[in-house]
Amino acid sequence: MAHAYTPGLRVADLTTVQKERRLPLPGDVLVSVGDVVEATQVVAKTELPGNVESVNVANRLGVPPEDVPHAMLKKEGDSVEKGEIIAQSKSFFGLFKSSCMATVKGTIENISSVTGQVLLREPPLPVQVAAYVDGVVTEVMPREGVVVETPASFIQGIFGIGGEVNDQLTMVSSSPDQILDAGDLNESHQGKIVVGGSLVTAQAIKRAVQLGVTGIISGGLNDKDLKEFLGYDLGVAITGNEDKGITVVVTEGFGEIGMAGGTFELLKRCEGKQCSMNGATQIRAGVIRPEVVIPRKDRAVAAEGGDSTEMGNMAIGSPVRAIRQPYFGKIGTVSALPPELRKVESETLVRVLEITFEDDSKAIIPRANVELIEH
Amino acid sequence: MATETKEIRPEELQNILATDCGSTTTKAILIEKEGDEYRLKVRGEAPTTVEAPAEDVTRGVLNAVGEVEELTHRTMLKGDGILKPKQNGDGVDIYMSTSSAGGGLQMMVAGVVKSMTGESAQRAALGAGAIVMDILASNDGRLPHQQIERIRHLRPDMILLSGGIDGGTTTHVAELAEIIAAADPKPRLGQGYKLPVIYAGNKEAAEMITQILGDKVELFVVDNIRPVLERENLGPAREKIHELFMEHVMQQAPGYAKLMSWTDVPIMPTPGAVGLTIQTIAEQQGIDVVGVDIGGATTDVFSVFSGIFNRTVSANLGMSYSVSNVMAEAGLDNVMRWVPVDMDELDLRNRIKNKMIRPTTIPQMMDELIIEQAMAREALRLAFVQHKAFAVGLKGIQQERTISDTFDQKGTGETLVDMMSLKLLVGSGGVLSHAPRRNQAAMLLVDSFLPEGFTHLAVDSIFMMPQLGVLSTVHPSAAAEVFERDCLIHLGTCIAPVGTIKPGKTMLTLDIELPTGSQHLEMKLGELKLLPLGVGEQAKVTARPARGLDLGAGKGQEMEEVVQGGVVGVVIDTRGRNPFVLPVEAKERVPKLLEWIEALDAYPMSAFSAIK
Repeated sequence: MAHAYTPGLRVADLTTVQKERRLPLPGDVLVSVGDVVEATQVVAKTELPGNVESVNVANRLGVPPEDVPHAMLKKEGDSVEKGEIIAQSKSFFGLFKSSCMATVKGTIENISSVTGQVLLREPPLPVQVAAYVDGVVTEVMPREGVVVETPASFIQGIFGIGGEVNDQLTMVSSSPDQILDAGDLNESHQGKIVVGGSLVTAQAIKRAVQLGVTGIISGGLNDKDLKEFLGYDLGVAITGNEDKGITVVVTEGFGEIGMAGGTFELLKRCEGKQCSMNGATQIRAGVIRPEVVIPRKDRAVAAEGGDSTEMGNMAIGSPVRAIRQPYFGKIGTVSALPPELRKVESETLVRVLEITFEDDSKAIIPRANVELIEH
Repeated sequence: MATETKEIRPEELQNILATDCGSTTTKAILIEKEGDEYRLKVRGEAPTTVEAPAEDVTRGVLNAVGEVEELTHRTMLKGDGILKPKQNGDGVDIYMSTSSAGGGLQMMVAGVVKSMTGESAQRAALGAGAIVMDILASNDGRLPHQQIERIRHLRPDMILLSGGIDGGTTTHVAELAEIIAAADPKPRLGQGYKLPVIYAGNKEAAEMITQILGDKVELFVVDNIRPVLERENLGPAREKIHELFMEHVMQQAPGYAKLMSWTDVPIMPTPGAVGLTIQTIAEQQGIDVVGVDIGGATTDVFSVFSGIFNRTVSANLGMSYSVSNVMAEAGLDNVMRWVPVDMDELDLRNRIKNKMIRPTTIPQMMDELIIEQAMAREALRLAFVQHKAFAVGLKGIQQERTISDTFDQKGTGETLVDMMSLKLLVGSGGVLSHAPRRNQAAMLLVDSFLPEGFTHLAVDSIFMMPQLGVLSTVHPSAAAEVFERDCLIHLGTCIAPVGTIKPGKTMLTLDIELPTGSQHLEMKLGELKLLPLGVGEQAKVTARPARGLDLGAGKGQEMEEVVQGGVVGVVIDTRGRNPFVLPVEAKERVPKLLEWIEALDAYPMSAFSAIK
C-alpha cells in the first residue's frame, strides 16, 4: 500500500469555512457578492411546483374518457378554486346534469381523453434558503444559490441527528468525562446549544426538548438511548431530517466516551458565541458528517494554519485514537509503523501500528482501527 | 458518445486489461494467455476518484493500472491513457471496464399490476445491474399525488415503464405515463438533460405513450417485456438499459466520457457483469448456481435455476454501513444465536453502531470477529430469503395440468430456488473472501444458505467476477478459464440430508473413499463433521439417508456421488434441513455451537475459554 491514509475528523481552532447554500430548483438569489449576512437571513428563495391531485372526471360524470375534453368547463392552465365546478355532462334535453368539482385550489394541469383523468396542480410551495452561518457572500451562482464564507472554529462530529440550527453556545459539563444528565439542564439553557462531556442520556435529551434547548454536543451517546428517543432502531446512518425539536452532534461515538480534550477546550473557548450546527449524517459514498461551526469574525485565518486534522498520512508521533475494541476510545501516539502484515488476535492478517497510550503502555493494533486526532 | 464495439478477434487476444470502478476502490486485473490457457497475471488497486478533489474516474483507473505496470515491469500507460494495441511487448490488446461508482445505476420501474408487469420490469432492471428504488403500479395502494411526489423525491437515473400484454390494457399504462409526465422528473446527474424513460409495455399503447411523454422525457420504445402473460421478454429492455447507462448516466459522471473512449467494449454496471459471469458458469457447466456478494452497504444475490437467471439487491443488508440495519431487521436474538458467549446488550448495540459510523475498522479480537461473522450469517440469510421470494415463476398465468399433477399441484409464482438442485454456491465480499480461516467462510455459507444434498462451495478470491463478466461478452472461454483457475477458491463440498429425525438416531450412513483411505461414518442428528479432501482431489461417496430423509434421490434412497475437494474439505452436515435444528435454550445451544466450531476448526478453541 503506497499510502497510509487514516480517516480523521476535522477539528480546527480557526479555519475558513465556506458553505454552499443552494436551492433545490432554480429561483431568486437575494444577496450579492460582498454582502455581510447573518445565519438566519434568507439568501435565496424559489417556489416548488405544488402537489398534483387527480380527479377521475369520466367516472364522476359517467361519460367515456374521450368525451371528457368536451365536458370540461375549464381548460388546461386555468385557475380553479376548491369546490368550483370544472366539468359538466351534457345530458338529455338539459335535464339531470351531473357535474364535477375541483378537489383542491390550483390550476388545471392536464386533461386526458385516454384515461378520463384531470390533473389539478396546487399552488406552488415557497422555499427559502438561509445563510446558515454568519459570514460574507463570496460567490453567487445565478438562480441557484450562494457561497457564504467566514473564519470559524470548526468541529466535525461522528454522528448526529436533526438539521441546521443556530444559537448561542453554552458549556454544561465541566470536564470532557462528565455525563450530561437531565438534572444538569435548567430554564437558562432554553434557546442555547449546550455542550456535554462523555455521554448524553435519553433523559437529558428529553429534558432538553422540553426546555427548548436548540442543540446538544456530546462525546458519546448510547444506542439504546438513541432508539428510545427516536422511537425506532436506526438501521442506516442517514440522518438530518428527524423532526424531534433538537439537533444532537456526537463527537466521538456510541457509548460513554470522553470528548477529545482539544475539542472540549475549543468549545469552552467559544462559550457565549453564536454557533451553527447540523446533525445531518450520511455514511455512504459521499460521506456527510455532522458539524459545528462557530464564526470568528474577530480573527483572521493565517494561511490555513490552525487546521489540525483531516484525512492524512500517519507518521510516528501522530496523535491517534483507537476506534475499536479492545482499546476503543483510548488516545495515544503512533510509536511504530511496521511495514509487514501481522496476525492479530482474531487471526486477521493486517497492517498494524504500535500505539503508546497516555499512561506509557503500548499496544499493537490494526491501522484501520485508529483515527488521527488533533494535537 | 457511445463506445462502438470494434471488431474483436478473441483468438488473437494475448493480454487483456480489465478494471472495475467500485464506489471506493478501482481494481485492475491483467489476464494473459499462457500456452493454451488464459490466467490472471497480476492485479492492482487504487482509490476511486469520482469525487472531489480529482472528480475524474480515469485518475483512479490510471493509478490502478500503474500498480499493474509496477508489478509486471511493463509499460501499459501512454501519456494519459492505456497503451493499445500492444507495441514491442508493452501495452495490451484490449481494455474493458465495469463501474458502480457514483452510486451505480439507480432506476424506478413501473407496471400496471405490481405482481405481474411490475415484477417483470423489476427483474429486467435488476438483471441489468440496477438498484430498483421503487416500483410504481396502478395497484400499489398509493394515490397519484403520492406517486408523483415519490418520483420527484427519488430522482432516478432512468425509468422503465411497462404494462399490459400486447393487445391488452392501454388505459392503465397511459395513466402511469401521465403520472410520470406530471412529476416532470429530473435525472440525478447532469442538469439540463431529459430523463431517459424506456417504454416496454403493450405495443398498442406505444403511440399514446409517445404523445404523453414525448416532450417531457427522452423516450425510448422497445419490445414489450411481457408480450403474453405466460412469457417474459426481458432482453430488449435490458439491452436498452445498458445502452442508456453508457450514453446518459455514465456520460454525466466525472471522467466517464474519457473512460468510454478508452474501452474496447461498452462499460457495464458492476452487478450486471457479475450476473453475466454467474450465467456463463451455469450455462457452460449445465448446473444450477447461486452467487452472493456481501458488501458494506448491500448484499447482491444471483441465481440460475433451470436456466432462469435472477438477481436481487438487498439494499440495506451489509457488513459496515448497513450493519446496524442487519441487527434491526434480524433482531438481537437471531444474531446472538450464533454466538457461543454472553454479551451485554447495551455494549453490543454500541459496538455495532460504532462499526456503522466507522465502517473501515477491522475486528482485532476473536469475540469481535465471531460477532461480525454472526451478523454476516443473518445478513446472508435475510438476503437469501428476499431472493427466494423474488426469484419466482411468472404469476397470474394459466397452467396446463396433467393427471400426474393431481397430488402435487403448485400455484403460480412459486420460488424457482431449489436448494436440492443447487450444485455450486459462490460467496464473495470481504467477510467471506477475507475470513481469516477459509473454514469460517465455509461455515458461514452453510449456516446461512443451508444447502441440501450435495453442494460445492467456493469463494471469489479477489472479487474479479465483474471484470470476468464483461470479458465473457467478447471471450467467454477466456472468462471461464480464469474464473475456474484464478477467481474461485474451492472450499469443498457440503453433504446435507433434508428432513429431521429423533435425537440420538442415525441420520446418515456414509462410505467415502478418500485419498488417505476409506472411511465409514454414521452421523446422528445435530452433528457436523469435516473430512479432509484437498483442492483438485475427488472422493467417491456412497450415502444412505435414514427413512424419510432425502439426499436428492428421494426419501431413504441411497446415493453415489463423486465429490470435489477444496481448501476446507468435505463438510457433512446432519443438523437437519426443513427444519434446521438450532436449540433455543442457551444451555443446550452453546455446547452445540462449540461442538460444531470444533468440528469445522472454524475458530481456535482456546479463544473461547478467554471469552468465557
